[in-house]
Amino acid sequence: MAIILKRKPLNLLEKLYLPQIVAGLSTTLKHMVAPKETMEYPEERPPIPKGYRGVPTLVKDPEGREKCVSCQLCEFVCPPKAIRIIPGEIQDEEHANVEKAPKEFDIDMLRCIYCGMCEEVCPEEAIWLQNQYSMSGYSREEMVNNKEKLYELGGTLPDQHFKWKKKKEAEAAGNAH
Amino acid sequence: MSDDQKDDGLISVFIDGEEVRTKPGTNIIEVAASVGKEIPHYCYHPKLSVSGNCRMCLVELGMPGKDRATGKPMLNDDGSPKIMFFPGPAIGCGTNAAPNMHIKTDSDMVKECREGVTEFLLANHPLDCPICDQAGECRLQEFSTSHGAGYSRFVEQKNVKPKRTRLGPRVMLDDERCILCSRCIRFCQEVADDDVLGFTDRGSYSTLTCFPGKQLENNYSLNTVDICPVGALTSTDFRFKMRVWFLKQVKSIDFETSVGCNTEVWSREGKIYRITPRRNDAVNDTWMPDSGRELYKLVESDDRLEICQVDQVKVSPSEALSKAVELLQASDGLAIVGSGRCSVEEQYALKKIAETTKAVGVYLVGRYGEDDGILVSKDRNPNVRGALMTGLIDSLPEESLSELGAKIDSGEVKAILSVKEDLIAAGLSKAQLQKVALISLDTQSYPSTEVAKVAIAGLTPFERSGALVNQQFRIQKFHKAVPGPSGAVDDLVALGTIQANLSGESFPSTVASIWKSLGESGPFEGLSFQSISDEGILLDGTGFDSLPFVEGKSLHFEPKQEAVAAE
Ligand code: SF4
Ligand code: SF4
Ligand code: SF4
Ligand code: SF4
Ligand code: FES
Repeated sequence: MAIILKRKPLNLLEKLYLPQIVAGLSTTLKHMVAPKETMEYPEERPPIPKGYRGVPTLVKDPEGREKCVSCQLCEFVCPPKAIRIIPGEIQDEEHANVEKAPKEFDIDMLRCIYCGMCEEVCPEEAIWLQNQYSMSGYSREEMVNNKEKLYELGGTLPDQHFKWKKKKEAEAAGNAH
Repeated sequence: MSDDQKDDGLISVFIDGEEVRTKPGTNIIEVAASVGKEIPHYCYHPKLSVSGNCRMCLVELGMPGKDRATGKPMLNDDGSPKIMFFPGPAIGCGTNAAPNMHIKTDSDMVKECREGVTEFLLANHPLDCPICDQAGECRLQEFSTSHGAGYSRFVEQKNVKPKRTRLGPRVMLDDERCILCSRCIRFCQEVADDDVLGFTDRGSYSTLTCFPGKQLENNYSLNTVDICPVGALTSTDFRFKMRVWFLKQVKSIDFETSVGCNTEVWSREGKIYRITPRRNDAVNDTWMPDSGRELYKLVESDDRLEICQVDQVKVSPSEALSKAVELLQASDGLAIVGSGRCSVEEQYALKKIAETTKAVGVYLVGRYGEDDGILVSKDRNPNVRGALMTGLIDSLPEESLSELGAKIDSGEVKAILSVKEDLIAAGLSKAQLQKVALISLDTQSYPSTEVAKVAIAGLTPFERSGALVNQQFRIQKFHKAVPGPSGAVDDLVALGTIQANLSGESFPSTVASIWKSLGESGPFEGLSFQSISDEGILLDGTGFDSLPFVEGKSLHFEPKQEAVAAE
């Protein structure tokens, strides 16, 4: 059943409108001097909190060796199957003891859901979701990050493990007897 | 104890208190496996001698106690027989089941043993899993997870041993990963009969090597890679190509010879990465020759015929087939050259085509080589017996088609339908082939394809399904592992379409449907494609005893010829 609400008649002040205009203007004036809530994106960019999961990237160690050994665990674990790796054998003498490195490494950023599983699973700490969060392109192909792009985005990880270097040194030193 | 030996010749043993009936002489690992209990092991292999060196299979054993003075069985308070367990553990692989034996596979002592063994194995083991091809199918990885401590107490420097050593043309060795189980050594001695591997040095410095001046290069070398429980031995062909956990396995048969080794084809997204043997105790045990593992390269070979052709012009499969039918209808004097590489189903279809067209001759091209007495036989065609049983041919094929050549010269043969054969290699000349209407169905383009009026692009054994009859008259199935090229047509569909058009009656063109007629009568009576088990079914080949089959003795095959000769 319909309910009929009676409207109160306006009093004199309300009829004048002036107090409402003043109140509205004062709010506007307050915000003109108050600190800004928005930012001038993309010229200005927000600070990225620690542990943020941005675009997955590949990193090198401080000596410039690519850390990924193409074990393909990230390819296996990636829920939307965004990663595609073609493994290859390392030819250069210096890192021959590492044996394996990716020949090709593609991450399809139209598929990636930024879950971070690849970073979690990597036994070599070679893949990291870093601060980059905005990816755009004009074609599907552009949205696939290849190996070169991934290393460009990734940069160097300042870790000091040098697992493979130590193994090589142990090999050179030989056994104790 | 003798009262336990009942009529069936089986004895009772008790695994974790549960009674299991088993044949005397079965070792404990196998007895446990028969009831679905896995006793972890590395060095034991069902098809090799027992060496008992890894100690991973330690179990606790006990026998019902007997009073020494009276000889009476000792009983617990509740009247059950008292089991006297030996104070120390024993290896399961080296202990045969004895009547009334009690085995504990899961006690605290057994668990501690496994943890200890695992810790010692890992003491000098490298952390190579991310770059190790065995990862995903590595026993050490699996057992370290299930029976290991989960952490390392080893703080000392690990031993270094030779890595990336080439043992032979197809096998790489990483000594750091080797757990010294000696399976590979025993395989070379016992199965391949090529004793080239051995250990040098002692203790934790023990190292697997080839004898000086020798190489692991026999045609069975890759079996060592299969049986190596760790990633010490890896295949140079498969090395770093793909992780095993991405690969799909499909059951297949080795097409190389009439032995018909059972195989598994491993592929990912339509690309084959490797072929490994599949266990069949009646044919190939767990082995296969290296040569058969390379056959998958046929799929992507340079000379692959991917698109059908009519007069050397590329056409769609249906155009090629209708042109073929047209030619076949127009010409009398048709000869059919089938192949020992065709499946039983395709040979049956060919036989029907021969009947419909009243073919003036049906030939097969024989392929004969040297046998090695193990798993490579003299007959290099995998399915000559299938052709005999389907009635396509009634004598053994010859290597040369000279008889057909003579018929072409005399003008008796005016058209040839050839399946999976290079006629020029089989002894016909280009000039002879140019005289006839040649319709060929094949996967590769041969010199003879160039003179074919119609060349139908067919499928390799990895792209189709079917059955083959091996040297023992055992019919075995192979299955499609990867899709064929889009311009190609399934052999059976091609032959079925041709037969249907020629005869004007419908003809089945799938493996399952063709078996409806194959299984109706004749040598395959009562069989269907589904009812052929993965191990194959032994058929009655006595009707062909009079034929002089060429195969000599091999792993599970005795030729019948002596019997024939003695008569
Ligand atoms: S972040 Fe997740 S979705 Fe993206 S590549 Fe890594 S695993 Fe795949
Ligand atoms: S998990 Fe790490 S090491 Fe393995 S392929 Fe991915 S990035 Fe490379
Ligand atoms: S042999 Fe097994 S445990 Fe050892 S590195 Fe290879 S995969 Fe890992
Ligand atoms: S190479 Fe493999 S099979 Fe041979 S002894 Fe070592 S672990 Fe065993
Ligand atoms: S399997 Fe028994 S000792 Fe190795």
